Amino acid sequence: MNYFPDEVLEHVFDFLTSHRDRNAVSLVCSLWYRVERFSRQRVFIGNCYAISPEKLITRFPGLKSLTLKGKPHFADFNLVPPDWGGYVQPWIEALAKSRIGLEELRLKRMVVSDESLELLSRSFANFKTLVLVSCEGFTTDGLAAIAANCRFLRELDLQENEIDDHSGHWLSCFPDSCTSLTSLNFACLKGEINLASLERLVARSPNLRSLRLNRAVPLETLQKILMRAPLLVDLGTGSYVHDPDSETYNKLKTTILKCKSIRNLSGFLEVAPRCLPAIFPICLNLTSLNLSYAAGIHGSELIKLIRHCAKLQRLWILDCIGDKGLEVVASTCNELQELRVFPSDPFGVGHDAVTEIGLVAISIGCPKLHSLLYFCQQMTNAALITVARNCPNFIRFRLCTLDPTRPDPETMEPLDDGFGAIVQSCKFLRRLSLSGLLTDQVFRYIGMYAEQLEMLSVAFAGNSDKGMLYVLNGCKKLRKLEIRDCPFGNMALLSDVGKYETMRSLWMSSCEVTLWGCKTLAKVMPRLNVEIINEHDQMEICPEDGQRVEKMYLYRTLVGPRKDAPEFVWNL
Amino acid sequence: MLPDLPELDVSGGLNFKETELTLGLPGEIGRGTSSFIQITAGSSSAKLTGTKRGFSQAAMDLNLGRSFYVEHDGSCCEQSESENEDLSVAKPPAAKAQIVGWPPVRAFRRNVMTKSCNLVKVSMDGAPYLRKVDLEMYDSYQQLLSALEDMFSCPTIPYTYPTRNYLDEKKLMDPTSGVEYVPTYEDKDGDLMLVGDVPWKMFVESCKRLRLIKGSEAIGQLHAPRTPQPSAASCTST
Repeated sequence: MNYFPDEVLEHVFDFLTSHRDRNAVSLVCSLWYRVERFSRQRVFIGNCYAISPEKLITRFPGLKSLTLKGKPHFADFNLVPPDWGGYVQPWIEALAKSRIGLEELRLKRMVVSDESLELLSRSFANFKTLVLVSCEGFTTDGLAAIAANCRFLRELDLQENEIDDHSGHWLSCFPDSCTSLTSLNFACLKGEINLASLERLVARSPNLRSLRLNRAVPLETLQKILMRAPLLVDLGTGSYVHDPDSETYNKLKTTILKCKSIRNLSGFLEVAPRCLPAIFPICLNLTSLNLSYAAGIHGSELIKLIRHCAKLQRLWILDCIGDKGLEVVASTCNELQELRVFPSDPFGVGHDAVTEIGLVAISIGCPKLHSLLYFCQQMTNAALITVARNCPNFIRFRLCTLDPTRPDPETMEPLDDGFGAIVQSCKFLRRLSLSGLLTDQVFRYIGMYAEQLEMLSVAFAGNSDKGMLYVLNGCKKLRKLEIRDCPFGNMALLSDVGKYETMRSLWMSSCEVTLWGCKTLAKVMPRLNVEIINEHDQMEICPEDGQRVEKMYLYRTLVGPRKDAPEFVWNL
Repeated sequence: MLPDLPELDVSGGLNFKETELTLGLPGEIGRGTSSFIQITAGSSSAKLTGTKRGFSQAAMDLNLGRSFYVEHDGSCCEQSESENEDLSVAKPPAAKAQIVGWPPVRAFRRNVMTKSCNLVKVSMDGAPYLRKVDLEMYDSYQQLLSALEDMFSCPTIPYTYPTRNYLDEKKLMDPTSGVEYVPTYEDKDGDLMLVGDVPWKMFVESCKRLRLIKGSEAIGQLHAPRTPQPSAASCTST
């Protein structure tokens, strides 16, 4: 098909913003493949071991924006040992050697070293955006390099990274000539910050729209910063503690009134609740509020704050809000689309925790809800069925009972029917996390109804291989499956080996798969990397095939076994 | 010698017997389908492994503090029958057994949230008023005791001028009267315990209140710990 010149095709492809659409387009014919690949600027790589940097560079010479993800999701919960992998260094080295004019780099769950950051900062003259989420391995020295060398830096966004804090001096490394910042987020840094440098930086960044401070930035500085940046759209406060009768606090109150553009608010890592009234005037405009680190706000102060936020679309909160608090959310925030309720005391008894009551209230008051992460003390089938009926638009539904195998406390039954109702009602469900007492039946429901499901997280559930089989057979769009502590074994693993090439990855830990099962799979499917993580010396040098495998992670790849695997990772 | 393990909280309608811990050498299976504890060198946790049929035999990480379980030769020791029975007696749980990675909260968030303030009252026998300390501010018994020393050495209360008794670090002494103060604490069950027996992190989690008791009275008042554990300092491989 050659009706249009390449430029026209390219122009048409420009309208395709999603990676999937562009990927699909490239498969149509070789002409489209060629046009697409030369015009592609943004590439998303969900598993950094699925492809090599060299292949990436060869195919997309016009690459400007790269997103990479490294470790498996369960690494977030300490299930993956340190030094597993996910290093960004080879990528940056390869890109630096090439002629790629990289402008944006977004990394998630990767190991980033100061050396990598230094190399990055020196290699790409037009580098604009660095977003690091859940990464580790670097220090503020690496940040100093970015600040010093990226002359046109616009975004530096650090989310929940483990960063060794050497000093706050990295902020001073932004040269006076750097005036291009639009977004700066250093909330996850634990150490001190040079406040004067911060103020000066804000003062010379007229385009700054997003600023998230860390705990070390006091309220006085916040006030001064807001004076300089009244056009902020996204604000994360640092330490929000002061004497509410003070001059400083009064100044803050006045200053905030000028900040009419703030739509996202977060922070409050330290907070004096009596200072909260200062932010009430901007609450009405908020579409996003993240109080999930604000352990200091609870009870009536929290509720008072929420009552001001009628336009919220996204709310991240701690479970100390309680069911009563969620009822207030339900009656106030009728536009709510995304709700995350985190446990304030992950290991405690959870007196303040929320239950099914809060969730049902939300489902009644917030019919537009499509994304949920809910850590709760308990859940009932009846509640889930009600929620499913009230909110048929769920795209992401993640429920976590603090006791992972807790049954429905009213009936003592498993939660199969409740989750079954969710998958049956929510036809667009793409992501699902289960918990509570669950049998094979819930998987039967998932296989039957969850047609759009792409990611499933399962823990302590099921009775037999049938559970896993239902999912593998039924969920045609499944891309990521992660399972821990379930009685699924070789039979399920090997039932449809081709399936795994249609998926990004499969994680199975503390299940029943054995070494033999994994070896068999690896032999039959050369384009999968089947990795065993062998932490303890359960498997000696010549382990028996019949031995259960503690942790298995398999993923499709075009580049064979990775060469950077540590000793304890065996590629079969 | 391997110390006893604390009670497990295995509530939620589970068969306690199934989750009963037994100790055995690596490779040995315990009673029936039950499980064995394997302590490995370099790992700071005991793992309960065995056949996996749901939660009751799930991998549990008995997170008892880093200095506690490092057995240098990687072995664990057999427990006698009677000690095992001790473990199986259902008592109000002190330490809750934690499953690795549950609830699934990102490690970063978990660290930030658990770093919250942990203020406990401190009373000293004879002092007219109590003080409060934030246990999260300290990383070791050493630091805490120093802080207590500073706190109570206020010139307006001459009788509270304790110094460290260097023969036994875990006592505070008032040099003017020669009275020793034994640092004790009330745990979650309300029992009075001697400070210093359990690993620091475990202490921080279970300590509800500190009491500096006059040495002479301490002996009578202290409740002998149910599960005697060697202090970190004396945990050497045998």
